[in-house]
Amino acid sequence: MELTFTDEQEELRKTVRAFFARHATEADVRRLAADDLGHDPAVWRRMGEELGLQGLAVPEEYGGAGFGYVELGIVCEEAGRALLCGPYFASVALGAEALIRAGDDQAARDLLPGISVGTTIATLALTEDEGRWDEAGVRMAATLSGDTWTLTGTKTYVPDGHIADLLLVAARTDTGISLFAVEAEAEAEAGAGAGAGGVTRTLLPALDQTRRQARVDFDGARARLIGREGAAWPVIEGTLATAAILLAAEQVGGASAALDAAVEYAKVRVQYGRAIGSFQGVKHRCADMLTAIESARSAAYGGLWALASGNAAELGVAAALAKVSCSETFTEVAGGNIQVHGAIGFTWEHPAHLYFKRAKSSEVLLGTPAYHRELLAAGLGF
Amino acid sequence: MELDFGSAVADFRDEVRTWLDEHLVGEFAEHRGVGGPTDGEAWDIRLAWDRELASGGWLGIGWPKEYGGRGLGLLEEIVFEYEYARSGAPYRATGNALDLLGPMLVAMGSEAQKQRFLPRILAVEELWGQGFSEPGAGSDLASVRTRAELDGDAWVINGQKVWTTFGMHAHWLYVLARTEPGSRRHKGLSMLLVPTDQPGVEIRPIRSLAGQDEFAEVFFTDARTSVDLVVGEVGQGWRTAMGTLGIERGSTLLPLQLTFEREMDALLRQAREQGALTDPMLRRRILDAWMSVRIMRTTNLRTVAELLGGRTPGAQATTAKLYASTNHQRMGHLAMEIAGAAGQLVQDGYGLDTRQRSFLISLAETIYGGASEIQRNIIGEQVLGLPKDPRPA
Ligand SMILES: Cc1cc2nc3c(=O)[nH]c(=O)nc-3n(C[C@H](O)[C@H](O)[C@H](O)COP(=O)(O)OP(=O)(O)OC[C@H]3O[C@@H](n4cnc5c(N)ncnc54)[C@H](O)[C@@H]3O)c2cc1C
Repeated sequence: MELTFTDEQEELRKTVRAFFARHATEADVRRLAADDLGHDPAVWRRMGEELGLQGLAVPEEYGGAGFGYVELGIVCEEAGRALLCGPYFASVALGAEALIRAGDDQAARDLLPGISVGTTIATLALTEDEGRWDEAGVRMAATLSGDTWTLTGTKTYVPDGHIADLLLVAARTDTGISLFAVEAEAEAEAGAGAGAGGVTRTLLPALDQTRRQARVDFDGARARLIGREGAAWPVIEGTLATAAILLAAEQVGGASAALDAAVEYAKVRVQYGRAIGSFQGVKHRCADMLTAIESARSAAYGGLWALASGNAAELGVAAALAKVSCSETFTEVAGGNIQVHGAIGFTWEHPAHLYFKRAKSSEVLLGTPAYHRELLAAGLGF
Repeated sequence: MELDFGSAVADFRDEVRTWLDEHLVGEFAEHRGVGGPTDGEAWDIRLAWDRELASGGWLGIGWPKEYGGRGLGLLEEIVFEYEYARSGAPYRATGNALDLLGPMLVAMGSEAQKQRFLPRILAVEELWGQGFSEPGAGSDLASVRTRAELDGDAWVINGQKVWTTFGMHAHWLYVLARTEPGSRRHKGLSMLLVPTDQPGVEIRPIRSLAGQDEFAEVFFTDARTSVDLVVGEVGQGWRTAMGTLGIERGSTLLPLQLTFEREMDALLRQAREQGALTDPMLRRRILDAWMSVRIMRTTNLRTVAELLGGRTPGAQATTAKLYASTNHQRMGHLAMEIAGAAGQLVQDGYGLDTRQRSFLISLAETIYGGASEIQRNIIGEQVLGLPKDPRPA
């Protein structure tokens, strides 16, 4: 039976935590939040070269280390704790995962090794103007002429789409939704249309400056079909479920960091001659936050073990449970942290708002709690 | 409730399953799902069922063999609890002695006490009550006033206990009493084992809001017990009591929460029958209830996995009671709302159905075993390390 970590997994956690403590400090987060790139390529390189984090769960034959989802969850949790700025979630949880799930051996051989070592940044371009994460939200069409596919249209709210080298794009063909790989630097296919410019990536200004979103315009961009035409929705659905669980782990990490900050402050801030943490109003709020976190952690870890066990029937339910529970908990705890800090917590200088905004954006990423409750209801046959 | 604990215990699990299948029949089967740790419903049948379990050797699975136990490990105990919950067998009537007193005696009792009491607990020959709370000492247990003084080879006990679960059935009580006159707070307390069958002990049932005589108040007037029936050292009763409270807040939660899963199934069944799932407001609350029950189970499994792996359980072991009791109460309100007007009627003699009983009794779950506010203090102070609540020295 699992649901606890092995010594090796605990060791990985320690290593990753120490790395982020050095290379993703609050100063780094603030610097990158103000920077258009939104991540530090030197740190990204070291994550790939020194720690092998991008390829941790990629099968060895595709250039990865062949570990499992539990290890990936540990890294995501620690990245969340540190509020890591960068495309880790987009490239690994969305990009690599979609490629692995697509079951297209040649594409995996061509594209995964670069993602695994971090030289390629990937992402999933699914959502369009409506911001929907479901099948019906995919409207963009792909065109086939000869044996060449091209894409024209717009994807938006694409996680780290502004820096992605490789976009995995969901688009409609005559037979249904298909998955395409598009290189961001791709030239437009000759004769694709007047003024065809390939791919244009535009960074979108966002409430949460620690995770970037972009609009990506395709204008006759040359695309490679991944997997079977028209058969991509189950692949995407599986990818989103996996990503939801990994995001949940990240949210647990973020919530834990926010609670740690609240507790630290409650121990030292004195009012009425006592540390504020000795007042039950504050103490009980902290206890409730921990209770919420531990419960959310159960949902997230339960999801990781569902992933690891490969039980596809369980996956959708476990993912929705994790997404709802961890989204609501992170938001509640990040808000509670501001409350415990009083006015100082309401300032730009204090890091509390960075966690709060990340919590809010993570709540919406991959679909809101209301949307995931509906997925859960469907999964349970309600 | 299918759980994979590996092949090591597969045989054991089959043995439990087979035995339960063969014995959970007739009247016992009709009382599936009845009872809870403080619920006296169908008492006689549950007691008979406990004896049936005893004859099968299923009580005290982890207790040493020399006292009538099976000497098996934590893994087997857990497998048994899951199988037990899966079978829907009635809640064990003697859980208090099995889960609280027994482990306390195994850990801290004298050899003579173990030989004298443990086999009789396992045979369901002697029933026990916990005499900790007093009218002036609930959450603040260190303020107990019941006193015991030595008179030759006997302790003489005077004072009052209250809220003693199943007190009117108890042959014995384990009593936290002040054995050093003038001592204060947690100093000078001792844990005494006191027979109830004597003129100095008067037990009066108290009717709970569910209409049942599930607990009692106990008056001691020069009641006596033998000098050697102190558990642990004289004057160290606080330590002994904290040991049992630790157990009460931890492991006894498992069987209780497993019954919540059965209640959730029943709630869903009724929601379907009445079309409640098509009401968006109810549907959302049903989903939330389902999620909370699933989370309780995973939290449990995390703790179990850590214990089995020889690790110290993490913070979730401390937060679990607050989460479970709060969410079970919420579930009860939901079940009553789904039941609607019909759920407001009871049988003659204030007879409650399972749902009504569970709903009403859930009001106690945030009080006994450490009230929610006390749980929050414990989480805040012992897990998060926040400064102590001001309390008397
Ligand atoms: C069904 C049931 C069965 C029980 N069985 C037994 C039994 O078998 N044996 C036994 O000895 N006892 C038993 N108890 C008693 C139980 O342990 C006590 O009820 C419990 O410890 C609370 O004490 P109290 O009832 O005196 O409430 P109080 O301690 O008076 O508390 C009243 C309210 O004040 C709050 N409060 C108290 N102190 C604080 C504080 N420091 N900070 C914040 N809030 C505080 C409490 O949380 C509660 O909300 C049982 C109780 C119930 C309901």
